[in-house]
Amino acid sequence: MKKKKKNKGIRHGSPVFDVFNYIFLGLMALICIMPIINVLAISFSQSGAAAAGRVTFWPVGFNLESYRFAFSRPQFITSFWVSIVRTIVGLAVNMTLTILAAYPLSRSKKELTGRNFYAWFFFITIVFNSGLVPWYLAIRQFGLINSFWALILPGAMPVFNAIILMNFFKQLPDELSESAAIDGAGHFTILFKIFLPVSLPPLATVSLFSMIYHWNDWFSGLVLLNDMSKHPLQTYLQSIIVVRDSTTLSSASRESLEMLSQISDRTLKSAQIFIAALPILAVYPFLQKYFMKGLVMGSVKG
Amino acid sequence: MRKENNHHSTHRRFARAFKRQWPLHLMLLPGVIILLMFSYFPMAGIIVAFQDFNPRLGIWGSPIIGLRHFEFMFKMPDTTRAIYNTVFISFMKIVGGLVVPIFFALMLDLVRRNNYKRTIQTIIYFPYFLSWVILGGILIDILSPSTGVIGLMFQAVGLDPIYFLGEPKIFPYVLVVTDVWKNFGYGTIVYLAAISSIDTEQYEASYMDGANRFQQTIHITLPGMVPIIILMATLSLGNVLNAGFDQVLNLYNDIVRETGDIIDTLVYRIGLINNRYEIATAVGLFKSVVSLIFISLGYWLAKKFANYTVF
Repeated sequence: MKKKKKNKGIRHGSPVFDVFNYIFLGLMALICIMPIINVLAISFSQSGAAAAGRVTFWPVGFNLESYRFAFSRPQFITSFWVSIVRTIVGLAVNMTLTILAAYPLSRSKKELTGRNFYAWFFFITIVFNSGLVPWYLAIRQFGLINSFWALILPGAMPVFNAIILMNFFKQLPDELSESAAIDGAGHFTILFKIFLPVSLPPLATVSLFSMIYHWNDWFSGLVLLNDMSKHPLQTYLQSIIVVRDSTTLSSASRESLEMLSQISDRTLKSAQIFIAALPILAVYPFLQKYFMKGLVMGSVKG
Repeated sequence: MRKENNHHSTHRRFARAFKRQWPLHLMLLPGVIILLMFSYFPMAGIIVAFQDFNPRLGIWGSPIIGLRHFEFMFKMPDTTRAIYNTVFISFMKIVGGLVVPIFFALMLDLVRRNNYKRTIQTIIYFPYFLSWVILGGILIDILSPSTGVIGLMFQAVGLDPIYFLGEPKIFPYVLVVTDVWKNFGYGTIVYLAAISSIDTEQYEASYMDGANRFQQTIHITLPGMVPIIILMATLSLGNVLNAGFDQVLNLYNDIVRETGDIIDTLVYRIGLINNRYEIATAVGLFKSVVSLIFISLGYWLAKKFANYTVF
């Protein structure tokens, strides 16, 4: 607080600029958020008003019909459920692998023979990608097509998250693990009893990343799962919103085409878009809180 | 005798090391298995690009035919067009993705009221966390020339509404602007974090010398941001061939394919829609190899100029 006051004092300039700057930044922020507010307003409007293009940033004829209708669609509920289960399971798997990989990689070469080999083994996967088709063929080879696990296993080891956590572990004081080792604690004890309790901020950061990845991912569902009933929410949304050209049309099943003709309703689409964005909105305050720290640890380490 | 002794002690040393280290190797095992299955095993599948692939014979049984698919690939007009579009779009995105957040961070840094600053940050950062399905849905709606809110605004001021998503000449720029919209909040926060670590004594000293805010911004803030700017610039080199698959797939259509088709959408279309695995793998491999070169160059430069290492 003291520092901030000081900061104000040592940076002086014209108040005219301040006014200009405040208005400019405010306007830009408004432009950023307006599309989202527009869709929100449409979702609460009467469908007639929305179809006629009369809704801007405030609902016309406020009602909750489209939300009620969205939740009465079996496919919407199924997909919503798939997304929730997928996010929980995916988060658990991701975090387990992230934690288990970050700890050994944070140890020195002396403590872990072959540390360099492991580091390269992980690093290569972020610089070289074998491409969409080999990835798809591999997953098919493992028999995961049309299985729920196709949403979990291919992305089960988030290397970037492990790097963020590893960098945090690295800068913990050596005495922490050394004194525990002298007391006879093994690596598992050091990791779970000593390191994890003091690593809550980076753990929060990487779990939020992982949750957002699983909630937002739609592509795995589109190419790896054939049954509509197994599609996560974002894949389902994609099929009703973006099916406009032959590419996506040919991949969508007949079932989704029939559905498409029924859901031409603008308010319903908007309601579903907003429902899909809602969980992100719900975790957003936490993201804000932890993200700064995680980001500084991950990409800008000193 | 001595030799035997030595041997014995090395052996013991290994045994001791193993006893101490096995938990670490065990911890790495699950991650290693997953990467072997979904990163390294697909690398072997690249061989499809050199094969006359026959699904019945599989990856291991199909005959090798050399570089014929690559020849075909470069003869396809779609490929050269997609490469051009990819580089054009991604170059503009890289530049926009650097310049806009830097500018915003500098402007936000000059805001004195912390509440206002935080509110702006919170708002501009939000789209970053939404998927391109959601943002695509929103954009398709607001950019619709007949009912979209942008079209309504055009009409209100007496302009003809533009069909942003159906006009090949405009489409690439729509991609760039909407990509900046989604991502610049993130960049802004990265740069603001760097600004906040600049030593306040520098500002104090310049204040004593009579410098005003703009002089301070030019001579202290901006130079203080140089390391992070270099880091972000070098790391973004790896994206030269990433024009944004998620975004394009959710926004493009047949009308704008001419300017909107990128390498990734081309691979998706010929590979997973038309099931021509060999050609799609060849195009994908081309992209991966070029990307590998640029990513490595980026990391090398980042290490050289910003002292950045991943592991």
